[in-house]
Amino acid sequence: MGSMWTAIFTIAVIALIAGLALSFASRTLPADSGILVDQVNELLPQTQCAQCGYAGCRPYAQAIVDGDADINLCPPGGDDTLRRLASLLGKEPLPLAEQPAHVGAVAVINEALCIGCTHCRSACPVDAIVGAHQLMHTIIETECTGCELCIAPCPVDCISMRSPS
Amino acid sequence: MEFARREAPFLTPKADVASMMLQVLAALIPAALAHVWYFGPGFLFNLLVAAGFCVGGEAMMMRARGRSGEAALADYSALVTAALLAFALPSLTPWWVTATGSLFAVVVAKHLYGGLGFNVFNPAMAGYVVILIAFPMEMNLWVAPRMGDIDYIDLTILQTVQYTLTGSLPDALSFDAISRATPLDAMQSGLRNMRTYAEVRTNPMMGDFGGRGWEWIGNFFAFGGFWLLIKKIIRWQIPAGVFAGLLLPAGLMYIIEPGANASPGFHLFSGATVLCAFFIATDPVSAATSPKGRFIYGCGIGFLIFAIRKWGSYADGVAFAVLIMNMATPAIDIITRPHIVGHVRRGDRQ
Amino acid sequence: MPGRLYQHAKSVVSAPTYDLGTLHGGLRLQAHKKVSTAEPIQQVPIPSQLVLPITQHAGDPAQPIVSIGEHVLKGQLIAESDGSLSAPVHASSSGKVVAIEPWPVARRYGDNAPCIVIECDGKDHAIETAESLPSYDILPADVLLTKILQGGIVGLGGAVFPTAQKLMQAITCDLEFLILNGVECEPYISCDDVLMREYAHEVIGGTQILLHALELEVAYIVVESDKPEAIRRLGEVLGEVGDARLVLKLVPTIYPSGGEDQLVQLVTNREVPSGGLPTDVGCLVQNVGTAAAIHKWVSHNEPLISRVTTVTGDGVAQPMNVEARLGTTVADIISFAGGYTDRATQLIIGGPMTGKSVSSDRVPLVKATNCILALSESPAVGAELPCIRCGDCAAVCPVQLLPQQLFWYACADNEAKMRLFGLTDCIECGCCDLVCPSHIPLTADFRMAKARIRELADEKARAERARVRFEARNERLELEQQTRDEQLAQQKQAARKAGPEAIAEILRRKQEQDED
Repeated sequence: MGSMWTAIFTIAVIALIAGLALSFASRTLPADSGILVDQVNELLPQTQCAQCGYAGCRPYAQAIVDGDADINLCPPGGDDTLRRLASLLGKEPLPLAEQPAHVGAVAVINEALCIGCTHCRSACPVDAIVGAHQLMHTIIETECTGCELCIAPCPVDCISMRSPS
Repeated sequence: MEFARREAPFLTPKADVASMMLQVLAALIPAALAHVWYFGPGFLFNLLVAAGFCVGGEAMMMRARGRSGEAALADYSALVTAALLAFALPSLTPWWVTATGSLFAVVVAKHLYGGLGFNVFNPAMAGYVVILIAFPMEMNLWVAPRMGDIDYIDLTILQTVQYTLTGSLPDALSFDAISRATPLDAMQSGLRNMRTYAEVRTNPMMGDFGGRGWEWIGNFFAFGGFWLLIKKIIRWQIPAGVFAGLLLPAGLMYIIEPGANASPGFHLFSGATVLCAFFIATDPVSAATSPKGRFIYGCGIGFLIFAIRKWGSYADGVAFAVLIMNMATPAIDIITRPHIVGHVRRGDRQ
Repeated sequence: MPGRLYQHAKSVVSAPTYDLGTLHGGLRLQAHKKVSTAEPIQQVPIPSQLVLPITQHAGDPAQPIVSIGEHVLKGQLIAESDGSLSAPVHASSSGKVVAIEPWPVARRYGDNAPCIVIECDGKDHAIETAESLPSYDILPADVLLTKILQGGIVGLGGAVFPTAQKLMQAITCDLEFLILNGVECEPYISCDDVLMREYAHEVIGGTQILLHALELEVAYIVVESDKPEAIRRLGEVLGEVGDARLVLKLVPTIYPSGGEDQLVQLVTNREVPSGGLPTDVGCLVQNVGTAAAIHKWVSHNEPLISRVTTVTGDGVAQPMNVEARLGTTVADIISFAGGYTDRATQLIIGGPMTGKSVSSDRVPLVKATNCILALSESPAVGAELPCIRCGDCAAVCPVQLLPQQLFWYACADNEAKMRLFGLTDCIECGCCDLVCPSHIPLTADFRMAKARIRELADEKARAERARVRFEARNERLELEQQTRDEQLAQQKQAARKAGPEAIAEILRRKQEQDED
């Protein structure tokens, strides 16, 4: 009986020491987060729409790796991105915080209403809007990521979302 | 005229899981009859109990998983598991031991991993190992075979049934009276007690090549196995690997120290060697998939059988060998990936 | 098993010797060809209506150059080649163009395609051609290739790649020999077999034209060993022609030895690189039907307006091989072949392994139609079981893929692993389907998976572009900010240097402006 208790005690002590060592290492030893941020950024759709609350995809990726943000905040990424992030980071896939409004939609300017104010041009995070002051603006359809950041700044409300042709 | 549309190809596959499993069962029939001849009808009752619990366990798990029970049972894989488990058991086994083994095999080792096609471990062997460790006394009640010249205790069917159902022997008999060491048991303990191989061979349990009775059952397994090979239900790489992996080290040790080691022939014809090579290791789901990988897998099993028989504490290492190599299967598959036509081979210059 | 080199007694072989290759896997299938090769090729009469799709080839659609109501003659150009990968379409008989509209065609997905519909006048007047044609062997290669382009010649083995463009790409490569594909490994199809029996002169003539256009010295005409009459006839004609550059070669009857990459591997023991072409390993493959069509056009000015097709299956009353004008509907051809039996439940354009199932027999015969197959329903197969990892699929895959692993990764939607295991190299031959005990529709799953990884690759490319533009924009904004900061700093410094009087002066000027 005595030898059994010795065995239990020994194993318990070893487990305790190992657990303490691991938690110390995970807290103090620096993790190479740069590579991980790149990997997370690779999985994000790069719409730069800021719907997640961060100013672009890379800041969101950084926040995920730092532990400040959940992985379910990207509507344009959809369930696919969510599952891939969960699988990369070893986390549980949560349901999407917000469903995407339009999937794959692009923005289009109603040229009859456009007054050439360049507000939308400055708002576009990927420079997909071409136009100059007081001249007609147009959105390059193949480069539009559907982030919808141009819709709000337009003073005449001439931008809408539609399916890509 | 209008037609329904389908996708190519438009020919029907000839192969079928259900017919494959039935052919495996058919190939086991000669050995089953031999088993009954040598060791009495206990095998049949074990088979009944195992089949009942395997099939019942599978139906129950399919219902629990929300799937169709009939489709699962129609592929007869549960029956094959039951048959292989029954062959591994002593002929006198109480029903609860068989039931535990069957339920563990089907419920835990097969369905909790995802069902047919998803199990990592060979279900029959996983079930056998559980009851081997949990019921050591019942699993070591091996009886002497019917060979005419040694003390064969002819239990009647009724007595066999009584034991199977209640675990109690008829009054005149006791465990010690009817249980005998298996040939492998006898060989292992004899060699470890510093007796020579030749001396151990004089034991009445020994037959012409291997153990009495067991060698003939092994021969019948081999007939069934060759028939499966001819019908291309199994491929030659796994049996060849098992035999190579077992017989080469055994032969080597026998050449080096003939007195202290069992001959390769003895290894081949004792215990579950032939059963393993043709029926257990060839379970496609838990084995490696590429031809090279299968041979390596078979060799690994053979070598582990030899190692456990020679140095391990169990008389026959088939079940453990199979389970250990099941763990190695994913690695084997990665290492033995074949070269894809048109891709650069490893080591080719770009 | 290596093929055997067959040399007709009269021809002298001057071909280089090399190692014969072997094909991994493959299946020996029941051929079902005897019933359709018992009789010679039957000529289907000109139908009352011809339906000619403007895309009968791989690549961009041809552009119609006729208008509705126009009268056309047999052999007249009715749709011209548009873009770099295209082929023209010619009228198969004389008549009036009554419509240019969508019609059902044999496609894997989707049903209709634009077609030029001609109502035939029955007179079959041919367009006028030049009195005498220059013999091909005095034409320089580029002129010959332009001529081939104008004939609407495309690969008649089923891939319908425009032949002229294929040859133009080939002559830029280091070619060693030409391979003529008379293998026809798929069950039921026998059109190339009977073509080699009855049009052997045309096949060999076309081969010689190809050798001239490609400036090659060796051509291998490869036939499967289950076609003894074709082999005999080709041997006879080779002996008559006496061209030592042409060598007849036999290969064992294994499906799919007739696939282009598989044939190259079998005949030359060279592996066509993944994503590459046979020209990368010095070979060019052409179907024997294409060679015959080239001969008819170059030597007799007959453009590609008809082809030999096998009409067979247990759903057809009289299985046979027919020669029909392109644009004849399948319904007309089947009624010529005795009509349907009461067992016909499936109509397939192509073979039973790689063909396309169609819902209507109004589809027209096009350049790609090598077989019209009416089958009775296959016995009901059981529901798909999980994969039992038997490995039989890998044993039969001619590309040595692991269909089992591809299936797992396709179910898991794992694009990287699917590419690693060679999904894009799958030739969709269907061998793995036929041996799977669990009856998993592997080929169909792989087709979908290929579309899926293309989709994923597109998405990735888009995301990458967006990221690059975003980073460029950020750089631009930063640069602008930096420039503004520098200018401001410079102004501040200048102001400080100028002294307090200058500042007072500026302030007084500003005050004046405000008052104004």
